[in-house]
Amino acid sequence: MSDIPADLKYTKTHEWVRDNGDGTVTVGITDHAQEALGDIVFVEAPESGREVDADEACAVVESVKAASDIYSPLAGEIVEGNAVLADTPDAINTSPYDEGWIFRLAPSDPGALAGLLDAAGYERVVEDES
Amino acid sequence: MGLRTPLFSEHERLGARLVPFGGWDMPLHYGSQIEEHHAVRRTAGMFDVSHMRPVDVEGPDAQAFLRRLLANDVARLQSPGKALYSCMLNEQGGVVDDLIVYARGPQHYRLVVNAGTADRDIAWMRAHSAGFAIKIQPRTDLAMIAVQGPQARELAAPLLPEAVRANAMQIQPFFAAEDADWFVGRTGYTGEDGFEIMLPNTQATDLWRALHTTGVTPCGLGARDTLRLEAGMNLYGQDMDETVGPLESGLGWTVAWEPVERDFIGRTALVQMRDDPARREFVGLLLTGRGILRSHQKVLSNGVEVGEITSGGFAPTLDGSIALARVTPGLGSTCEVEIRGKPVAARVVRPPFVRHGTIRIER
Repeated sequence: MSDIPADLKYTKTHEWVRDNGDGTVTVGITDHAQEALGDIVFVEAPESGREVDADEACAVVESVKAASDIYSPLAGEIVEGNAVLADTPDAINTSPYDEGWIFRLAPSDPGALAGLLDAAGYERVVEDES
Repeated sequence: MGLRTPLFSEHERLGARLVPFGGWDMPLHYGSQIEEHHAVRRTAGMFDVSHMRPVDVEGPDAQAFLRRLLANDVARLQSPGKALYSCMLNEQGGVVDDLIVYARGPQHYRLVVNAGTADRDIAWMRAHSAGFAIKIQPRTDLAMIAVQGPQARELAAPLLPEAVRANAMQIQPFFAAEDADWFVGRTGYTGEDGFEIMLPNTQATDLWRALHTTGVTPCGLGARDTLRLEAGMNLYGQDMDETVGPLESGLGWTVAWEPVERDFIGRTALVQMRDDPARREFVGLLLTGRGILRSHQKVLSNGVEVGEITSGGFAPTLDGSIALARVTPGLGSTCEVEIRGKPVAARVVRPPFVRHGTIRIER
């Protein structure tokens, strides 16, 4: 069973979202997603300053198997991409919820966060897939 | 649900991620495909390759039949146990399959063909066997385990039946030793030393478990693909197929042109292609910019499309990305590859990228 922390929000496309409490959120991919992808060998994180729509593909994670788009869970402006992933993309495998974060975003509508899945909702998404 | 090899329950027991491959349910990896790759380069790994099909060809005309069927020449197999890699071509010079053929005796040969093409291959062989006194016998009673890596032979040898063990330790690369239904080839698909062991289905689980106990790492199809790509070895259906022949897929060395009177299937088409100045070249690529090379990405030279990647991926030994590509002749030492719409710089290199644990290209 994969790890689904209770304090995070989630998307159906397997991103997690952490509310940093300062008008920004941090985004990564879930433990379930990294396990399904396998060994991750390349990450293209978004540039800071980029404006993104909700559900817009804004990062790419490549495993040994294939390339996968990462979608922005919310509309807003990219504050920072995780530069560490350029040299250690496998941080997503070893620490999907901490060192393996992919980007930080300043949502244009902070209230939209509430519309994402909670841990229980995401767990059902994972169960439906298997 | 796909077909299952005799080792299917072992893969489940080891927690493998199973995927469909050539009609079979096979292990992709058992946790980390990169660790499995390194195990083969550094110590020893084992692969269930029981989905591949041994096919015995026997009879007074066995040699004559194979000299007609295969682009390489089995008459080169002068001593018993010697093996040869060959393409089996259609009349247009396309590849029906690539295979290994072992000489077992004057009238006895064993071919090992790919899983996904096995039924078609056997139908092809039968369709071209008229007039030859031979018997074609697919050996579905045999399992196959490939043990590969610098320590593979010394770890596997003590686990072989005594009757085949001493011979197996003495054979040179590209030879096989056999006794009863055990057949041990010093061959493989990784660029490392090792054995490919054919044995009765009923004994496969015991050997697999014994190999695991002695420290051989179970490896899946994922590592098999990155290992063969680093070794510069072709994958059927990806690097060549029924429409693309050996001369455009880096396999010209496997075509035996001499003696000229040997009329193998596809020869006429290949002879025409041999002198065609537009014939495409098959090259290796090393990505120098950022990203991962993948099959079907376009190869560009000064912004103009000159070819396509046939196999690409991450190369764990090089900690970078490499590919095999088919390109128009005359490409220089550098090019670009289009990744997600953007050109990324690459170097043109000569495979293999890695052999026997050592990087063979300049970086």
